[in-house]
Amino acid sequence: MGAGLGDEIMNELFAMGGHGIYVWSAYALSLAALVGLGVWPLASLRATMRRFKDSTTRPGPDK
Amino acid sequence: MTMGWIKTTFHKAGSPRWFFAGSRRWVIGLYVVGALLIVAGSTWGLGFVPPERLQGNSVRILFIHAPAAHLAEAIYVAIAIAGFVFLVWRMKMADMLIQAAAPIGLVVTVVALATGIIWGIPTWGTGWVWDARTVSTLLLAFLFFGLVALREAIGRPDRASRAVALLALVGVVNIPIIKYSVDWFATLHQPPSIEIGKKPAIAAVFLWPLAINVLGFYCFVAGVVIAALRARIVEREAGAQWVRDWVMKS
Repeated sequence: MGAGLGDEIMNELFAMGGHGIYVWSAYALSLAALVGLGVWPLASLRATMRRFKDSTTRPGPDK
Repeated sequence: MTMGWIKTTFHKAGSPRWFFAGSRRWVIGLYVVGALLIVAGSTWGLGFVPPERLQGNSVRILFIHAPAAHLAEAIYVAIAIAGFVFLVWRMKMADMLIQAAAPIGLVVTVVALATGIIWGIPTWGTGWVWDARTVSTLLLAFLFFGLVALREAIGRPDRASRAVALLALVGVVNIPIIKYSVDWFATLHQPPSIEIGKKPAIAAVFLWPLAINVLGFYCFVAGVVIAALRARIVEREAGAQWVRDWVMKS
């Protein structure tokens, strides 16, 4: 099976003449960091809210 | 009239309640716009730009490394301004902004350092050199970490806020050192690709993905900072009636 044009393009994109490992790891790391940054404050707000709800809906000693 | 508007906005922004009420749509908007720009800029940079003459394909790391590094400095400047505002006017929101933005700044700086190290291996032949640009950026990471750690280390919250604000303000001297390090010292680090008011030092083909990603990083992380500030507000204003009402409603 000879390498078709599609294979050539894919090879070019992933291997990048030996630089693929550096380029793709840099992008993967940045993507992970950005996704983590995006999720973290939303999760933190949600956790705080849940804590409040639990503490205010739970019957206190004076109720 | 403009001064009056600035003053009103300044006072409103100082109100956690006002900020919280209006900021949700900003978070959503900035997340969406930022993500779209980063996807567009990165796709362009990865797939539709020719390899650079000397650096080959590794030049594609520029499109995330430079935005991250630039943004890290911008976050620090914002924190330093907030430190000044807190020390002078005792504005609680400024203190909360420092608290919210410092860990975010740390993550962005680590991304800048890590992508720089990865880029350095094929282009410099080494991931790390001890030169002015790398050391001052490493110091920036320590400063962000210091802002988080100092607050944790001081028991009394009011005293912690003041100490952190002071550190934030003093640490800003590092920013011009980072910026001009490649001009003042002989560094292995390349000079800036784009500077305001100057002709870009890079070919036009590389300019678009870079500009799009810079804008995307700014938008997205601005959304993250606002979201983090919202989380801080609910935590620190827990005693306020409006927070309780809001939590009950949602």
